[in-house]
Amino acid sequence: MEVAFRLNGTPVCVTDEPPTRTLLDWLREARGLTGTKEGCNEGDCGACTVMVTDAGGARALNACILFLPQVHGKAVRTVEGLAGEGGALHPVQAELVRYHGSQCGFCTPGIAVSMAVGHLQGRTDHDDVLAGNLCRCTGYAPIVRAARAAEAALVPDWMTADHGFVSAEIPAGGSPKDASPKDGGAAAPPATARPGTTDDLARWFLAHPEGTLVAGATDVGLWVTKELRDLGPVAFLSSITEMQRIERVGDRLRIGAGVTVEALRAAMAALHPAFAELLRRYGSLQVRNAATIGGNIANGSPIGDGPPALIALGATLHLRRGDARRDMPLEDFFLAYRKQDRQPSEFVEAVSIPASAPGLRCYKLSKRFDQDISAVCGCFDLWLDDGIVTSARIAFGGMAGTPKRASAVEAALLGCRLSPEAARDVAPVFAEDFAPLDDMRASAAYRLRTAANMLVRYAHDRAGTATDVLGVRP
Amino acid sequence: MTMGKALPHDSAALHVTGAARYVDDIPAPAGALHLAFGLSQVAHGRIVSLDLAAVCAAPGVVAVLSAEDLPEMPDCSPSAQDEPLLAVDRVYYAGQPVFLVVADSHLAARRAARLGRIGIEALPAILTVDEALAAGSRFEDGPVIWENGDAAAAIAAAAHVVAGRLEVGGQEHFYLEGQVAMALPQEDGSMVVHASTQHPTEVQHKVAHALHLPMSAVRVEVRRMGGGFGGKESQGNALAVACAIAAARTGRTCRMRYDRDDDMTITGKRHDMAVLYRAGFDGKGRLAGVEFTHLVRCGWSQDLSLPVADRAMLHADNCYAIPAMRIESHRLRTNTQSATAFRGFGGPQGMLGIERVMDHVAHALGRDPLEVRRANFYRAAAGRPGGPSAPPDPPEDTSAKVNAKVSEGVVTADAVDLTSRGAVDAASPAGPPQVPPGVQTTHYRMPVEDFIGHELVAELERSSDYHARRAEIAAWNARSPVLKRGLALTPVKFGISFTLTWLNQAGALVHVYQDGSVRMNHGGTEMGQGLFQKVAQVAAGVFGLDAGAVRITATDTGLVPNTSATAASSGTDLNGMAVRAACETIRDRMAGLLAERHQAQPGDVRFAGGRVTVGGADYAFAEAVAMVYQARVSLSATGFYRTPKIVWDRKRGEGRPFFYFAYGAAVTEVVVDTLTGENRILQADILHDTGTSLNPAIDIGQIEGGYVQGAGWLTTEELVWDGAGRLRTHAPATYKIPACSDRPPVFNVALWGRENAEDTVGKSKAVGEPPLMLGISALMALSDAVAACGDGSVYPALDAPATAERVFWAVQRQVGDV
Repeated sequence: MEVAFRLNGTPVCVTDEPPTRTLLDWLREARGLTGTKEGCNEGDCGACTVMVTDAGGARALNACILFLPQVHGKAVRTVEGLAGEGGALHPVQAELVRYHGSQCGFCTPGIAVSMAVGHLQGRTDHDDVLAGNLCRCTGYAPIVRAARAAEAALVPDWMTADHGFVSAEIPAGGSPKDASPKDGGAAAPPATARPGTTDDLARWFLAHPEGTLVAGATDVGLWVTKELRDLGPVAFLSSITEMQRIERVGDRLRIGAGVTVEALRAAMAALHPAFAELLRRYGSLQVRNAATIGGNIANGSPIGDGPPALIALGATLHLRRGDARRDMPLEDFFLAYRKQDRQPSEFVEAVSIPASAPGLRCYKLSKRFDQDISAVCGCFDLWLDDGIVTSARIAFGGMAGTPKRASAVEAALLGCRLSPEAARDVAPVFAEDFAPLDDMRASAAYRLRTAANMLVRYAHDRAGTATDVLGVRP
Repeated sequence: MTMGKALPHDSAALHVTGAARYVDDIPAPAGALHLAFGLSQVAHGRIVSLDLAAVCAAPGVVAVLSAEDLPEMPDCSPSAQDEPLLAVDRVYYAGQPVFLVVADSHLAARRAARLGRIGIEALPAILTVDEALAAGSRFEDGPVIWENGDAAAAIAAAAHVVAGRLEVGGQEHFYLEGQVAMALPQEDGSMVVHASTQHPTEVQHKVAHALHLPMSAVRVEVRRMGGGFGGKESQGNALAVACAIAAARTGRTCRMRYDRDDDMTITGKRHDMAVLYRAGFDGKGRLAGVEFTHLVRCGWSQDLSLPVADRAMLHADNCYAIPAMRIESHRLRTNTQSATAFRGFGGPQGMLGIERVMDHVAHALGRDPLEVRRANFYRAAAGRPGGPSAPPDPPEDTSAKVNAKVSEGVVTADAVDLTSRGAVDAASPAGPPQVPPGVQTTHYRMPVEDFIGHELVAELERSSDYHARRAEIAAWNARSPVLKRGLALTPVKFGISFTLTWLNQAGALVHVYQDGSVRMNHGGTEMGQGLFQKVAQVAAGVFGLDAGAVRITATDTGLVPNTSATAASSGTDLNGMAVRAACETIRDRMAGLLAERHQAQPGDVRFAGGRVTVGGADYAFAEAVAMVYQARVSLSATGFYRTPKIVWDRKRGEGRPFFYFAYGAAVTEVVVDTLTGENRILQADILHDTGTSLNPAIDIGQIEGGYVQGAGWLTTEELVWDGAGRLRTHAPATYKIPACSDRPPVFNVALWGRENAEDTVGKSKAVGEPPLMLGISALMALSDAVAACGDGSVYPALDAPATAERVFWAVQRQVGDV
């Protein structure tokens, strides 16, 4: 598969690499660009962070779980491309030097790239910009000082050139030139494909029911880098712009499966702030910039953060196989551990949710606040009439083999006057809904207790009592 | 003066541009091969079959080696020669390398390594310290016991007693750059090795031993590491030895790096420990006697565990004068990764034990823990009899004995591994020094003559507004039903020197070229701590030059031999002095010649501001150098340093193992959610003693980074093994080091700023390890917040790491709802 993109401003075309070659390995091994580092090879440490620009703008992404075909038609800027002509340091680089922001220096290239993207976008929420860049030496304080110091500096012109390039050279709709089969519509789609439309994808998947769909590759990437799996036929979905839209349909929102978690977070900030905050903690910015909500649903993980919130919101899932479409309540999609109600060649096309749910609250419990996987993720949407619960939708991740509704708890709550005490009274009912497991993230007993306590927190929350340690200011 | 300037790290500009080269970035010659290990999935068992046919047949595989291919199995241990490169007949932990794949790419090697079929007949595995203790599975014949006074009698006579058991978790280093090495075979059978190691001489020794070469035929080079933290003191040996073996067999360059999951599965971590304690005290919390039992989980091989466990014992007093103390230390052998050096080297675990006792005592008495701590402090330095601290007897020069021992045999790498900290039993210790009456000592009879804890803590109390904040927090907690805040101040006293006395030496090589440029080399390695920059500032200071005028070079066993590991916080103390000595030799030669030319005294020649002045003459440094060169005077010199005053008998636990102590203190404030145990640091205030800082920016960097790493160890960094002994937290997805938002949002760090009482380089103090233990204040603040949930009747007894789950259960114990 031909992959054409800009690398630090220079056009490159790669023709002889396997489709699951990661950008990181290619940069280091084929191009000798060793500034981009491998720290974990699973998208958790950020040492491999690169800037990728397309029509949607610049994003920080983890190159270790980014397959080369995913950057087709885009502009990639590595740490080597941050400095200008003659080695003029980018402002974030200069401030990192001035504020002693590097010690061993191994995480530094990724840090500098994340900071440069944040700087380009005028972001000042540095903790969030840097949540996906682990540093073991500095304790982060000097890095954040450097980021603050760079805020006022002008964006160097070479940093904006990438956007000019993609705007000029990539046609609207973003379909790269070799996205469709070259030999016409009659032949079977090639095993490795980059469909440009949902129709193309549907046809490809019918032809390759055993194939793998790659959207953001934040999970599939690890199948390759860690499990060393051969993916078989692969379709890269990032060119299907029609799946990357959020549309308002009446009083509901239809979210395309290809919408990234970060794009969804931004869209939810005003409508569903609790969901948006949960999505902020879904993963680091690099992960959110790649991961899609469709992937988060389709992989069926019992600990994904998207499904519990979507189920609590009463989401409808839209599936497609060939030209056939069907809808179902999202909770019905998850049948058992890693088993979903999805036919061969069927894929998630979209998910829709109500545009308003003022009672929605989402609680994520993990060992670390940022870039961690939930031990328990509890999402609550209760409707109250004069304090009395008239409707309850509650869903949890991490409590069963699938994302799951707390049906017995919901039933027990109906007609109750919501209060912390009432919530405590309902606690025993959680054991009817859930029998969680022990693992390295939490014990079963802790999961069950804290899941019940999340309802207590919800009651406090609705009453205006402070319950969030992240909300306490020193 | 360049010394004392807050200059950037010498590689800062290379770091931020990605130009800084790490081992895996060094271009390899064409045809280089890549290595990967096949690992045991079983914690303990007999290897009954090994089917490697599929491995050999895999694409890109050049060779596959297992025990049967290496009849003389190379050893990778830094101590007891108990770490075969590949398992022979038995496996001792899940993750132990069993076979080695040599392939034409990293990915091909990794893929092939998954194809091996290792048949293992499982044997019972000992995983915990309690299992090991019950089974008598240990290193050394029995526990090491140090006694100072009659602790049992003191406790029996005391008005109050507390007792408990503290679980202290281990810690994964999580250096961002994983283990990596590359071996390049040379024309004459010798070997050049690039390794990410804190101990190039150790790698040189192990490679020489494996290849049956003299050490002179192996050259190890280390420009920089992407973090070390102790994890690269011995844990890189296996990769370097594997590369060297494969390179010698194939004649091709061989490179190996662990994928992160392999790295975390194979390599050792900080020792986890159980600390059992019993303490007797009076109504003011003044301790009469303390008994500790340390159950140290060492893993499957000895590695550096004995000196680690020693250092835990050496820090069981921290800042406190304890009239009677007994410590019993069990070094337990388990079927887990071999625990190894990690910043603090046992000291943090030992120190946490006594801080837990202080917290427990204060809770039992209902007193402010700070008052209890202060009541137990060593006496202030001002109270000492006066004069610089010199032991009555000069320390025995053990190097002579070592030299004698070595000279008896052929000097080959097969001789005892002298430069390893694991070589504890090779020492021939001197007798304990006599301590004059009236001088306060530690429990191991080292005089404490430089104690600054009183003044330092008083200053921090003031600057952090400790008392007002305690009152404010108590009022806030009374109003807050769900969230509770906590505050704690803990001090640090950390002993500086290798406890294996002879390691306290360093060498340097300095050249001044005819154009006036200076090139510096020494035995220390750069892992991010800023050693090279600090030492360059020392060198530049001697010559009166800017630091940038001194060229920093890679650590190279071919330039400076017999180096000690860059460890024990000693890098700058040792190498700075050695470099200073070399520079002074050259400067004195220059001064001698110039004085002669100008009928002046050598002492009248001034080196400052890049100029050399004597009499009325004023030369650019380069001009002066050219004159010296033309006068046929050598402009190259070696330097050497050995730390004075130290003497230590580790068997008896007596002597002066440390040249001096480094001090510090931290105040941490936290908030806890009682419904889930989620918790967060809100503020940290630190005052830390670096003596006269050689570079305040670098020192503050060590303090901030050390604190966050220490707080991470005690909060979110949880290692979990399953019942079969397999590590379940073997990647950053499951093992959580602090992220950016976990640092204290308010983070005030100040330097104490007074000179070291001992004669160290520039009167500075070591700073690598001590700040890690400032993080103990985070655990104690959590304990304080948990205690705020109860009525004072139940001690929180918070184990480490205090994950949200542990905090949650501690809160439940407070409210009687477990």
